[in-house]
Amino acid sequence: MSAINNRYEFVFLFDVTNGNPNGDPDAGNMPRLDPETNRGLVTDVCLKRKIRNFVEMAKEKESGFAIYMQEKSVLNNQHKQAYEALGIEPVAKKLPKDQKQALELTRWMCRNFFDVRTFGAVMTTEVNAGQVRGPVQLAFASSIDPVVPLEVSITRMAVTNEKDLEKERTMGRKHIIPYGLYRVHGYVSAKLAQKTGFSEDDLQLLWQSLINLFEHDRSAARGEMAARQLILFKHESELGNAPAHKLFETVKVERINGASGSPAQSFDDYRIVLDAEAIPAGVSVEELI
Amino acid sequence: MAYGIRLKVWGERACFTRPEMKVERVSYDVITPSAARGIIEAIHWKPAIRWHIDKIHVLNPIAFESIRRNEVGSKVSAANIKKAVKAGNTAGLVNYVDQDRQQRAATILRNVAYVIEAHFDLTSRADASDSEGKHLDIFNRRARKGQFFHAPCLGVREFPANFELIEEEEQLPTTAGELTGVRDLGWMLHDFDFSRESTPHYFRALMNDGVIEVPPFRSEEVKA
Repeated sequence: MSAINNRYEFVFLFDVTNGNPNGDPDAGNMPRLDPETNRGLVTDVCLKRKIRNFVEMAKEKESGFAIYMQEKSVLNNQHKQAYEALGIEPVAKKLPKDQKQALELTRWMCRNFFDVRTFGAVMTTEVNAGQVRGPVQLAFASSIDPVVPLEVSITRMAVTNEKDLEKERTMGRKHIIPYGLYRVHGYVSAKLAQKTGFSEDDLQLLWQSLINLFEHDRSAARGEMAARQLILFKHESELGNAPAHKLFETVKVERINGASGSPAQSFDDYRIVLDAEAIPAGVSVEELI
Repeated sequence: MAYGIRLKVWGERACFTRPEMKVERVSYDVITPSAARGIIEAIHWKPAIRWHIDKIHVLNPIAFESIRRNEVGSKVSAANIKKAVKAGNTAGLVNYVDQDRQQRAATILRNVAYVIEAHFDLTSRADASDSEGKHLDIFNRRARKGQFFHAPCLGVREFPANFELIEEEEQLPTTAGELTGVRDLGWMLHDFDFSRESTPHYFRALMNDGVIEVPPFRSEEVKA
């Protein structure tokens, strides 16, 4: 499978209703906030995790689509057994001194693991070939308007320890955002894709994973999350035909209900406008959602 | 400076990690010459040329922000990969992120904008087809059109860099008023010497009205 021949950028919009899209470990798992603007944040790695989870689910055991960075919740026992069987930690860290050998290992990793091929991976070798830089890069997602995190206290009718029995119930807390529309920018470099073998099929899978990113990631904490819009900018050439920021600027998210800069209530409060005339020659736009 | 270029780069966030505080990353106050070189090389580079950073203009006030993330604790082991290649399947070769998790804070920069002044030399790997004019043209053409080899970033890949070529006749953007005066930014990473096992080299960064003069890599002021 040959690698892609076009550079891409994409704007991905998703929203959350009564949920916590990405907790901040520094703030007791409150939704992440940009302290300067009070806009909500979702880190790049949070979204990459969901892409990995989707691909793992969609391509279960299909060869060439293994996921290197696994989450336990999607772990299957067979994997675990194999892991334990092989789990003897090798001591020698600088093993492949031989460049050629290291390159072969890297190639093999790229061929077999979707996430290594897509996002790259650092492998413990002293030689350069042990590091893969993936073609797909995501930035932080940030909400269009400021969000107001709420702390919701909840109760549980059971207790964990027997000695707490007379307390009857325990209190817990949930942090939610009533509503937030988030925007994230992504980049796909054709040149790096050629180095890792990231193919047209992989690209389609990436778009699929973004479209379905939240459909298989339901949980008590997340609330209702939905992918709202995915706009691709396809450059005619490998290196690209226009600056990325110029393309991103053609997508404007306008507030149509309520004062701009105040927290929104729902997706109906926004209108997404694509300035088709401002798209430079050599770049085509596609809206996948 | 016959083959000099001027590139404006900017972005919402940046992290130019101090090597002495890399576990819980703390950024330098400004972009390092090494990171600036990385941005330029993301646009155009060939083994035939080597980029040198001459000056860094800091345009925005220096502001920090902290962010904590879940990261994995270890890297992929080459020995394990080898084992899996031999076995011919990927079954054992996974890394369970929640068993190997580290929470790390990063102190990063906000709203940065710089102008990088740089030039290049031809290296010993240049052949007859490489001329200075050619590479300069390629760079300028790409930078003007917004083309790049891979998306340039501000220190780490999650913070993409926007860039724009500043044409020769164009005025430089002005520096924020808060940056006037002389500021000693202390010892800062200049770049790595890749010919000697990636030895880091440092220089004393002085910011004068927002402008940092970067000494040549092989000069007296740069210490390994």
